[in-house]
Amino acid sequence: MPPRTQRAMAKPENTFKALKRIFSYMYGFRVQFIFVVICIIFSSFAGIMGNSLLKPIIDNLNRAVGDGKWRYGEFISILALMSAIYIMGALCSLFYQRMMMKISTTTLMRIRNDLFCKMEMLPIRFFDKHTHGELMSLYTNDTDAIREMLSNSIAQFISSAVTIVGVFTAMLIYSWRLTILVIAMLFIIIKVIGFVGSRSSRGFIAQQKALGRVNGYIEEMIEGQKVVKVFCHEDKAEEEFDALNEELCKAATHANTFANILMPVMNNLSYIHYAATAIIGGIFAVKNIGGMTIGTVVSYLMFTRSFSQPITQVSQQLNSVLTALAGAERIFRVIDEEPEADEGYVTLVNAEIAPDGTVTETDKRTGHWAWKHPHKAEGTVTYTEVRGNVEFDDVVFGYEPNKTVLNGISLYAKPGQKIAFVGSTGAGKTTIINLINRFYDVPEGKIRYDGININKIKKVDLRRSQSIVLQDTHLFTGTVMDNIRYGKLDATDEEVYAAAELANADSFIKHLENGYDTMLTADGANLSQGQRQLLAIARAAVADPPVLILDEATSSIDTRTEALIEKGMDSLMEGRTVFVIAHRLSTVRNSHAIMVLEHGRIIERGNHRELIAQHGKYYQLYTGMFELS
Amino acid sequence: MYKTIFSHVGKYKKQAILSPVTIIGEVLMEVLIPIVMGKIIDNGIKMGDIGYVARMGGLMVVMSICSLCFGALAARFSAVAAMGFAKNLRSALFRKVQGFSFANVDRFSTASLTTRLTTDVTNIQNAFMMFIRMAFRSPIMLVCATVMAVRQNAKLSVIFLFAIPVLGCAVFFIISKAHPRFEKMLTKYDSMNGRIQENLIGIRVVKAFAREDYEKKRFEENTNDVRLAQFAAEKLVILNMPIMQLVMYASIVAILYFGGHMSVKGGIETGELYSFIMFVGQILMSLMMLSMLFIMFVVSRASLQRIYEVLKEKPTIVAPEGASVSAEDGSIRFENVSFSYYDDMENLALEGIDLDIHSGETIGIIGGTGSSKTSLVQLIPRLYDATAGRVLVGGHDVKEYPLETLRDQVAMVLQKNVLFSGTIKDNLRWGDENATDEEIIDACKSACAHDFIMSFPEGYDTDLGQGGVNVSGGQKQRLCIARALLKKPKIIILDDSTSAVDTATDSSIRKAFREKLGDTTTIIIAQRITSVMDADRIIVMDGGRITDIGTHAQLMESSGIYREVYDSQQKGDEE
Repeated sequence: MPPRTQRAMAKPENTFKALKRIFSYMYGFRVQFIFVVICIIFSSFAGIMGNSLLKPIIDNLNRAVGDGKWRYGEFISILALMSAIYIMGALCSLFYQRMMMKISTTTLMRIRNDLFCKMEMLPIRFFDKHTHGELMSLYTNDTDAIREMLSNSIAQFISSAVTIVGVFTAMLIYSWRLTILVIAMLFIIIKVIGFVGSRSSRGFIAQQKALGRVNGYIEEMIEGQKVVKVFCHEDKAEEEFDALNEELCKAATHANTFANILMPVMNNLSYIHYAATAIIGGIFAVKNIGGMTIGTVVSYLMFTRSFSQPITQVSQQLNSVLTALAGAERIFRVIDEEPEADEGYVTLVNAEIAPDGTVTETDKRTGHWAWKHPHKAEGTVTYTEVRGNVEFDDVVFGYEPNKTVLNGISLYAKPGQKIAFVGSTGAGKTTIINLINRFYDVPEGKIRYDGININKIKKVDLRRSQSIVLQDTHLFTGTVMDNIRYGKLDATDEEVYAAAELANADSFIKHLENGYDTMLTADGANLSQGQRQLLAIARAAVADPPVLILDEATSSIDTRTEALIEKGMDSLMEGRTVFVIAHRLSTVRNSHAIMVLEHGRIIERGNHRELIAQHGKYYQLYTGMFELS
Repeated sequence: MYKTIFSHVGKYKKQAILSPVTIIGEVLMEVLIPIVMGKIIDNGIKMGDIGYVARMGGLMVVMSICSLCFGALAARFSAVAAMGFAKNLRSALFRKVQGFSFANVDRFSTASLTTRLTTDVTNIQNAFMMFIRMAFRSPIMLVCATVMAVRQNAKLSVIFLFAIPVLGCAVFFIISKAHPRFEKMLTKYDSMNGRIQENLIGIRVVKAFAREDYEKKRFEENTNDVRLAQFAAEKLVILNMPIMQLVMYASIVAILYFGGHMSVKGGIETGELYSFIMFVGQILMSLMMLSMLFIMFVVSRASLQRIYEVLKEKPTIVAPEGASVSAEDGSIRFENVSFSYYDDMENLALEGIDLDIHSGETIGIIGGTGSSKTSLVQLIPRLYDATAGRVLVGGHDVKEYPLETLRDQVAMVLQKNVLFSGTIKDNLRWGDENATDEEIIDACKSACAHDFIMSFPEGYDTDLGQGGVNVSGGQKQRLCIARALLKKPKIIILDDSTSAVDTATDSSIRKAFREKLGDTTTIIIAQRITSVMDADRIIVMDGGRITDIGTHAQLMESSGIYREVYDSQQKGDEE
């Protein structure tokens, strides 16, 4: 898990819009939500109504004490009314909390799903621009904040608002004179909240920044823990850490002091208010100004108590609501990102190929594939067998505008050919591969796949027709079996074993604790880098695609093992178009064509022998005169 | 567990204690105030004694100012105590991890250690602050309010004898039921986050295999699990509020009913009745608060547990007390060494290694993936301890050395190496904090790093960015070698440290090593045979054993594996 958010708690840009959008996720719950609001209102009213019934009761008792005649019937009926209201109130609050919990958990699930689905659809470019920590925090901190808001703040807000309005109205009815005092108090309260609140929120921003620094340092040092040990750098690291830690402690103490102080301040202000009301109300009652009775003063004092409480609550919730909305905006910004463009309409289908070469579509798995190419204009459909012809025609490409990485690359790969790319870092090798599977897009007509412009092919289908083994192998939580099967979800166990054998992974898998059922966790941390690469090769092998792409796929496998799997690799490559990027030139020697890249141009091409004979750049690389990295 | 963790409150103990103390003051005021309120009504307003009302009102203001002071102090103390505690805890964890051996780090994985030091500490910090603010407040409030209520009217307080146990039982029941559900929810939550992280890291794989829909489906299962688990846990907790309301309301009605009878008979003043109702609120509220504390406690217990695991972990490698041995030379000796990562003689990574390396020798090590080359050399600077047998460096068992002395003598360039954020110079100074510029340049020249460093506009002051992202793989490796050279060690180990460096540079590094580090024992692990070909001796490893030792020429004769490796790399030339 990444460190907690390292961003300051930004204010939402458009509070209303974000709120409205969160509510839009509550579809299907509209009726329930209205019920929830009604129940919240009712349950808050129950509190107020109950309190206001205190007055008739006390008055009733006082009169009984005064003249000795107790109107018992009236006493009991008020109490009964009070009980009824209270029971209703409690039931309502049970109902709305339960309903709200259901709504909020479902809403959160929908937001998470939406965010994740969107994330899966985003182009690689997006992931280049955002760090994992940043995106992860959308799922953790930002969603948590929304959860907090949905399950607590909304109900609190409504009930507080209702209570404030209700109590205020009741107060006005009971005595407008005393209410003037309330308004004066309210003014002071708002001032105090503003003062303390702004200090604490500034403090929290400073705290988040300091926390970000501390967490960043922890992350870096723990990642590099082994290096720290080898260099005996522990004391120095501790020293640096202490300084950052101290800074965080200071900022956090400051922020939290102000946050903690709000509650007692509000509480005691309300006591002072209470005392003032008691004195003034007492004077009114004694002097009998405005028909005030002792009962009125007692109820009124009750109200003063219930008036300040919701205000404190609202002021405490306000910060968390704003944080939640700011988080929601960050989430929605990702959801609103432009997904990977895909206007492709050519799809991949299972095909049956007749002896005469005609291709027909079928539902069965035949081992043959075809491109289904509908022509809108004529209303016809043509089928082309998938063979793995790849053609680049003067491709110019840059990740950022004005900064080209490839400058006019033209190449042709025939089915069954092995094409290798060689060159130093930044020469554009991986970029070419990124274009073949459309991780990035090029203008129309520049890259053709079996004669079809690849922009016309649906991305999913295009990628299904290719298997790729990347330099940084990533495995997923699950068994070894699951991981290999990732290449072809419906592969039988036998197919998986065969693929593992082909990649020479079978022998080490059998030595694992539970063989093929060994659970891999944390990106396969229990395997060596070389073993992970073997699994990645098996994963690609099981997919059985016409095109295979190996991007430094064997960099962590020693040459002897590589020689051992070479046979497997050879049979894996047989009949397929293979693109290989390798650092180790021994890996690419047997390629049909080797392209030497420099600054985004192909500067030499030919097979190993031709290139060696040329005594050019390849020769220099091969004899070790230049560094590849 | 709690003792270990909370001992880290350390010098903030004063604040941690003062915080509840001031809260007691605050609570006392809060309890006394309703009595004054009652008096105002009964003795003041009812009697028409405005003077009394004013006096008592004044008293109330004074009391609430006192209460405010207490409250503010408590706010300050609790913040200082909690943040200080978090600081100490973080620092203790950081130190602990610094003391970890490789085996310890492997056991936890770096990602989980990071979480423990960041998120978990933050959770505990917040829980601790809540705890010292609330844990005393609520019980004290409960006791005070009960005492007051009883003193005021013992008969009426019988109602509490019913209300408190009912609410207490209900809360207890809810919490004991909810606890396991919360733990389940946290597990589901963890696995959901795990899935997201995997997808972030492996997004290219997901896309390359067009598995977006598959991943979405799996994720939707995760989120649905989280939703169900959360609902199951929370639906119990939300019962708290309505139950408490019911009990409170029932108590109020009961007080009014019985109190009403009493007051008509003259047993109680109506004002007292009123303060009594206030007590109901306070008593039941504090019970509620206690129940919330329990819930928070449950949620933070997972974090506590995780932190405790780190704190109680014993570093597997500790230097002997008062060791002061230092290496006489750069000789290395393995005496019948076996090694297992799991301390399990059945599952050995190295088996029966006997090896003698003379001071100043250059040794190459060749072997396949998983042949334990790295395991072998990691025993030399005692990154791991041998499971059986002895490893001697400079004539002494590595276990006799102070760790710092040993590792200063033995420089190791790791296979998976890391540079840190900062300038190139900052990173190189890891080798020797007091290195002069000349020494740094000298080391870089030996590692063939000087030229490319100078090609950067800012030279040695170039900022590397986190993890050294601004240099290429080969450059990074050369910087790591230079960093190790600055230690001026007696033994230097290069664990596949030139794999991304081209052969020409590789050979000039080796040449520099030969010329400048004649007395330094050098061990080179490599995949490329050219990297080890000119070593004094080459060790061939296979399956955790040494199969052959000899010079290149000898091995070409005697070792089948060696010849195989050689052939696999030379084949192209003969075509």
